[in-house]
Amino acid sequence: MDRKTQLTILTAAFAFVLLAAVPVIGSRALVQDLFGVLTLLVLALNWNMLAGFSGLVSVGQQAFVGIGAYVMFACVILLGLDPLAGVLVGGLAAMALAVPMAAFAFRLNGAYFAIGTWVAADIVRLVTSQWQALGGGTGTSLPKGTTREMIFVQPVKDLLGGSSAAAADAVTYWVALALAVAMLGISYGFLRSRRGLALQAVRDNVEAARSVGIDPLRLKATVFLLTAFGTGLAGGLIFIQITRVTPEAAFSVIDWTAFVIFVTVIGGIGTLPGPILGVAVFYALERLLADYGTAYLILLGLIGMGVMLFARRGLWGWIADRTGFDPLPLSHRPPAPPSFTDLSDPVTQRS
Amino acid sequence: MIWLDTLAQGILLGGLYALFAAGLSLVFGIMRLVNLAHGDLIVLGAYVILVMVSVTGLNPFLAATLALPVMFGFGMLLQTHLFNRVLGEDILPPLLVTFGLSVVLQNVLLETFSADSQKLSMGPVEAVGVPLGPVTLGLVPLATLGCAVAVIAALNLLFYRTKLGRAFRATSDDATTVQLMGIYPARIFSVATGIALMVATLAALYLGARANFDPTIGPARLLYAFEAVIIGGLGSLWGTLAGGLVIGVAQATGAAIRPEWQILAGHAAFVAVLLFRPRGLFPRAND
Repeated sequence: MDRKTQLTILTAAFAFVLLAAVPVIGSRALVQDLFGVLTLLVLALNWNMLAGFSGLVSVGQQAFVGIGAYVMFACVILLGLDPLAGVLVGGLAAMALAVPMAAFAFRLNGAYFAIGTWVAADIVRLVTSQWQALGGGTGTSLPKGTTREMIFVQPVKDLLGGSSAAAADAVTYWVALALAVAMLGISYGFLRSRRGLALQAVRDNVEAARSVGIDPLRLKATVFLLTAFGTGLAGGLIFIQITRVTPEAAFSVIDWTAFVIFVTVIGGIGTLPGPILGVAVFYALERLLADYGTAYLILLGLIGMGVMLFARRGLWGWIADRTGFDPLPLSHRPPAPPSFTDLSDPVTQRS
Repeated sequence: MIWLDTLAQGILLGGLYALFAAGLSLVFGIMRLVNLAHGDLIVLGAYVILVMVSVTGLNPFLAATLALPVMFGFGMLLQTHLFNRVLGEDILPPLLVTFGLSVVLQNVLLETFSADSQKLSMGPVEAVGVPLGPVTLGLVPLATLGCAVAVIAALNLLFYRTKLGRAFRATSDDATTVQLMGIYPARIFSVATGIALMVATLAALYLGARANFDPTIGPARLLYAFEAVIIGGLGSLWGTLAGGLVIGVAQATGAAIRPEWQILAGHAAFVAVLLFRPRGLFPRAND
């Protein structure tokens, strides 16, 4: 292990400990802000897996956020489950939804896949607004006190002191942090695996990948299902904190897809550290431009377009090109060329 | 006779959707660009007409003729400075740039014109009904359908009977070889997007005449337009008209059963067509 790797691991560990300690040492407002940042990071990591590594540019991720949120609400209100259990069921429901959605959207080639997923998300939104038990078109709220009685909240309250609401915020924050770290770890592990290598081969050249025995459709469908699960989990978690769900908010293309796309593109699409840098930029801009309303969204869109025009690999690609520094390397060392003796002596080659 | 009325209303609504879709179909046919900002560009067209009306005091129909060259120029600029830079093998850059443009346009319109609903007031024409056998149809919706048919016919003439159309088709087939014949693809693409935005302006005129609009309605129009293009089959302009009519009739039927089912019925028709005829009703392009 060289010095750079050691330094990276140390920095990452330090950042993790610092982030984990925020509910203990930081204000409640900071906890809520960072919760938003972490859940955005989870969404961005998932979308990056789709668009950046699998060539599946989905504009319909709000379908999975929305269904995760609604199923979480259904678990709490109709079945009386714990909200965190509801989040898990919501993630599974999102994955189940991804099956028919993939069957439909995968019929559309390349760019039309994007609008196809968008239509599918709109269908899910319209059907959900017919769900009268959860308030139909006007939506519904979590019953009063739900988050206070959530699992882990009482012990956290005893530990930290303060109100039950603050303890609930801390619990959802830690779950979001765990989810983000897990997503990052799983993405890295997956992309380093044989399947990950196959995925990137498919993205770069479908025909060449097919010729070495890769089934692109199956691989892409797998990624689509897995990212739907991650996105659905994030959706349920986000709406525990919001405590109120409406079809418009849960299936918002701006909140759950546009921001995610801009964050990923600005940070560096198709790179693993990209989304992390992207959410950092997002958070900084949000602080700076909080008073200017939509100006902030316009600026984010313009930066995103600028990145696509002039620096396609985003902020991270720019840094990596200049420094040659890559803490999460995805490239493999090419196989060694056959040596001279191998070529001249067929006997040793055969053995 | 209610079902007949529903059918007629659906066909007229389909005319509007065909107008939404014609520009999208044109641009895709020539340069394989899927423009996610198309819906917002239609809404932009409606606001340009609105500004022309308030500046000159003209009737929206006349104001639209002033808006047409403005939108043509804007389309050429967009293509020259933005879209041409990202066209290529990789589908990601054009998608993300047009999606970014969509969000930026929406929010610039929100900042400039606020979220209030607007309408293009046509004057007494709006209330005129035309009795046609058992049903009475509004003059403006009829004009919408007429305009859609005229636009599609004109685009077909342009494509198959003019020098420019020949250049369009040649560039679409092989953008490298046409350069040997003295055609400059980037310029052809710019003209095509200019024309597409003129069609979008006509769509905007009838959109604003038939119903209220505000800066946020663009993406929904994009989805209807997209559905019409896919149902019709990629690359076929008359197919796009047919696709618009299918969506229009499906929406009108859904709305007749339950008002909140209007949009859902349109989407359902789209899914059904895609399941049974994956390449649309009149496929032409091989991709």
